[in-house]
Amino acid sequence: MLADKDRIFTNLYGREDWRLPSAKKRGAWNGTGDFLNYGPDWIVDQIKSSGLRGRGGAGFPTGLKWSFMPKEVGTRPHYLVVNADESEPGTCKDRDMMRHDPHLLLEGCLIAAFAMCAHACYIYLRGEYVFERQRLQAAIDEAYADGLIGKNACGSGWDFDVFVHHGAGAYICGEETALLESLEGKKGQPRLKPPFPANAGLYGCPTTVNNVESIAVTGTILRRGAAWFSSFGRPGNVGTKVYCISGHVNKPCNVEETMSIPLKELIETHAGGVIGGWENLKAVIPGGSSVPCLPRDICDTVLMDFDALAEHKSGLGTAGVIVMDQSTDMVQAITRLAYFYKHESCGQCTPCREGTGWMWRVLTRMCAGKAEMSEIDLLLNVSQQIEGHTICALGDAAAWPVQGLIRHFRHEIEDKINNYRVGKNIHQVAAE
Amino acid sequence: MGSRQLAKQQPQSFAFSASGEKQVKYWLKKYPKTKQRSAVIPMLWIAQKDNDGWLPEVAMRVIGDRLDMAYIRVLEVATFYTMFNLAPVGKHLIQVCGTTPCMLRGSGDLIKICQSRIGSAGTVSDDGLFSWTEVECLGACVNAPMVQISNAKGDHYYEDLDEVSMNSLLDELASGKAAMPGSRVDRQASAPIGESLTLIDKSLFDGSKAKKLKSIPNAPSKPKASKPKTAKKKTATKKTTTKRSAK
Repeated sequence: MLADKDRIFTNLYGREDWRLPSAKKRGAWNGTGDFLNYGPDWIVDQIKSSGLRGRGGAGFPTGLKWSFMPKEVGTRPHYLVVNADESEPGTCKDRDMMRHDPHLLLEGCLIAAFAMCAHACYIYLRGEYVFERQRLQAAIDEAYADGLIGKNACGSGWDFDVFVHHGAGAYICGEETALLESLEGKKGQPRLKPPFPANAGLYGCPTTVNNVESIAVTGTILRRGAAWFSSFGRPGNVGTKVYCISGHVNKPCNVEETMSIPLKELIETHAGGVIGGWENLKAVIPGGSSVPCLPRDICDTVLMDFDALAEHKSGLGTAGVIVMDQSTDMVQAITRLAYFYKHESCGQCTPCREGTGWMWRVLTRMCAGKAEMSEIDLLLNVSQQIEGHTICALGDAAAWPVQGLIRHFRHEIEDKINNYRVGKNIHQVAAE
Repeated sequence: MGSRQLAKQQPQSFAFSASGEKQVKYWLKKYPKTKQRSAVIPMLWIAQKDNDGWLPEVAMRVIGDRLDMAYIRVLEVATFYTMFNLAPVGKHLIQVCGTTPCMLRGSGDLIKICQSRIGSAGTVSDDGLFSWTEVECLGACVNAPMVQISNAKGDHYYEDLDEVSMNSLLDELASGKAAMPGSRVDRQASAPIGESLTLIDKSLFDGSKAKKLKSIPNAPSKPKASKPKTAKKKTATKKTTTKRSAK
């Protein structure tokens, strides 16, 4: 188990006070001014060598992303945008960081913005996080009053402003370019890339969009050192990570652990085990609803990191672990996710707009067994026609859970179809 | 996205309340002068709060005029984002999360309670107190199942519910009592129930972490190796621009 002294989010559960004096006592804002004095290149190098990969789902190396920003500020200002639109089903980690440890996030904002020559940062929260928004704003006000941000932030000579912005209920705004559209006051529909945000992002200016967790860990990484951070986990998958364990476990919870922790250890140590014991496990969705589910035999040994989960055709995603025991109707569970993606498709690309609804309708019939066996392969085929044929990854995210279902639980669909037909003659079935 | 239509019966006029107006001015200050349109979502949200929890068409026009936006662009935003209620809602709007993590832990039971006590989704109860809707993942999955309740007092999360606590929550609201937000079982936020395994080392909280760092790992021997380069002078700006266009 990760030792307490190596935890970054020491107030994850809000047992301590979130306010500035208490946050400082826990180490936030310690040495921030010195980091800035070493210059932006030093900061980017440290983050690069720490091996931090983006915590929002895609796992892109954070330091590398920062280095894509123009080195000099031209006629257009630079922006840092923090993606706090946490809405991936199974994920609720950024919420805890914002309501219980907001100063770690704000410190990270200053460090990241300084490293990318940005004077302004927008934090985009999902609209539903009303309480978290108020809390974060209160923390921002404290930081301004203390001279940590604002004019001459932390005595660095760098002026830095943080603004909170919010959405109003649209999963798609977690996609970085949809988020920027939304922040500009438009419908949240993703942009075609290129140009990438580092060249033309918010208001057409160079912009970097980072997840809350990616930003909030940077202060501690600089304090403890890149080597400390990269000492956890396996090469290429390093650091600590906040996992969210939900579903059929005895004690659902958020917890910070090392990368590459075995999934079984994570569930048994921190979440009180699967309801009814490990033998009662049916499947786990390891990284938020967008990644394919894994059956128990894989869960026995799989490690929670980008590479290990990719080997099993799943992914770490946001590390939102959704546990399902033997009582779960897998077809039903995935159908509900299919409904989610149908509901959240922005409607811009035809394969996603039409495909998500089509998959949901077919799966709904399959739930009741009212389908042909051949439709299972047809469903797989259609999901593959959506995947990779859309502007953003929502199409992929809608297709993968369905593909995971068919890959590992095809027999459950077949059983439903067979059971529906039992005792009915062919004319009855055909008549429907 | 589902079809989202405006309510048939619409009020004739809309104006922000005094406090609403104050909030609007606060939000407008966050964005560059030429990018005021960025405030459209916060303004629609404030308007909804000022109109008993739903958004009439005339408010969209008022906001369009304020932000110099075509009305259709405001309508486009209002219909795209699902937190904008386009028809009247109950005094307490119950939003039940129904996505898989909540479904696995019994959101179906909460939905049944809403159906039997309030009616079908989207309809306002006869006494005007309640309406309910099923929403997609609200991002509190380790505290499933949960609901968000929007009313004059705010928009709060009620977590770790079951049939009993959902019923008593609705009773509290119906009787006008203050319903305590948060978890309805004995637990601290997203921490696991019961004894803590993590974050128990007292040295994390005794102030030792606030002492001046003895050394910063990998600190360069020469501080101020580089400073961010901002082209503040006109000449510098020109230089960078020409560089870029030359490419």
